Amino acid sequence: MTDSLRGTTAVVGVAESQLGLVAPGLTPLDLMGQASHAALAEAGLTTRDVDGLFTASSVYPAAGLDTAEYLGIQPRYIDGTVVGGSSFVSHVLHAAAALRAGLCEVALVTYASTQRSNAGKLVARTQLNAYEAPYGPRFPVSMYALAAARHMHEFGTTREQLADVAVAAREWARLNPKAFSRDPLTREDVINARMVSSPLTVRDCCLVTDGGGAVVLTPAERARDLPRPPVYLLGAGEATDHATISQMPDLTTTSAVQSGRRAYDMAGLSASDIDVVQLYDAFTINPILFLEDLGFCAKGEGGAFVADGQIAPGGVLPVNTNGGGLSYCHPGMYGILLIIEAVRQLRGECGDRQVPDAQTALTHGNGGVLSSQVTAIFGTEATV
Amino acid sequence: MDSPHHRYLSGLQQRELRYQRCSACARTQFYPRTLCRHCGSAELDWLTSSGDGVVYSVTWLYAKDTPPSNIALIDVAEGFRMMSTVTGVPTDVPLIGRAVRAAIADDAVVRFELVAP
Ligand SMILES: [Zn+2]
Repeated sequence: MTDSLRGTTAVVGVAESQLGLVAPGLTPLDLMGQASHAALAEAGLTTRDVDGLFTASSVYPAAGLDTAEYLGIQPRYIDGTVVGGSSFVSHVLHAAAALRAGLCEVALVTYASTQRSNAGKLVARTQLNAYEAPYGPRFPVSMYALAAARHMHEFGTTREQLADVAVAAREWARLNPKAFSRDPLTREDVINARMVSSPLTVRDCCLVTDGGGAVVLTPAERARDLPRPPVYLLGAGEATDHATISQMPDLTTTSAVQSGRRAYDMAGLSASDIDVVQLYDAFTINPILFLEDLGFCAKGEGGAFVADGQIAPGGVLPVNTNGGGLSYCHPGMYGILLIIEAVRQLRGECGDRQVPDAQTALTHGNGGVLSSQVTAIFGTEATV
Repeated sequence: MDSPHHRYLSGLQQRELRYQRCSACARTQFYPRTLCRHCGSAELDWLTSSGDGVVYSVTWLYAKDTPPSNIALIDVAEGFRMMSTVTGVPTDVPLIGRAVRAAIADDAVVRFELVAP
């Protein structure tokens, strides 16, 4: 067992940029500037203090350089890992390792997108694998639809259970003033919405919004001297087993099994110890797969687990308390916003949607087409 | 060395669905590569598939102004999986688990047809 990262670093500041639909002409860098300023201000820090930068982008191929220049910083450590929407959860793990190794002292993780104001389309990799391209799948929804169809076939997961994931997300979003979609949504609304790639309708798919965020981490000892209660990184792990969907070994089991086990092992915790859960819900099948793979229920039982409001406010497990990518915000790569919500829940700042006495939070990022899985577990001072 | 992709495409021109088998570990792989994805060996043989398969999963794509079309993942008999489409079936026929067979058309694209049960 290596010297563990458990509890050695903490999140000391988090912030979103403007979300939803931003003013014309604002760039992703403008939004990263907003979020970084606000997250550092929460921590009593400024850009002058940042010496480690962790970022990824759909529009800037060398995002670390563009972001450092825009912020006016000269970081001594840059990590531009891009593994899709999970990148920022991965960045938190990498930041903890870099902070622990003394390669930097103040780590800034940031991301933003203006995909809604720019084009109204999900900005994603459009160059398909040459062996998939001839068949014209719609990237990425068809790939998730294939996983959903197989899960329904193997385990009897129902169309209604998928819809209940979207309904639960909407009920949380109705408690979050920053959520993009807050109108009531019923199971029937989801099922009867326009079919995109069966079995998934447009209401099974995440939003296409602008938005971004920033997360600041420091070593734990420094975090205790900063204004906000530190939120400690207790464990994290990452995994991947494919890039294209035809190469995924089993469409009903993701490598969240591995990323979760790595995170739980580092944290010394199991699923039953987790108070609040933030899962990357690009499509309604995702939380079902991840709840199974992360040990919240047995394989094949995810559909029953999410049904009838059991992950909605007042349910058995609070999942995606900000309203998720389905109803709160999905700026192309959503992972940064999972972390922000987890931190706010552990600080007790979430108002109407606050989970009482939340001490541990699990965030799970997904990237590509179920390709990258990254799990991070956070805790309050009491858990360290 | 030939490009693995070009070698695959030239098979399609001859109405053959080609795949690779590793001489070191005897496992098969698709898509073709310059090394074995299972064991790392670079000793790969090229073989031609029977074209028999079973539908692993399927989704129907709905778009404006075009009839629905399906995207399928096919488990091919020789032990590899590929993306394709199942032709000549209506949207309400369950396809997962059904036996299919490859048919390579003039456009050199592999499509699959249902095999009568
Ligand atoms: Zn081999």
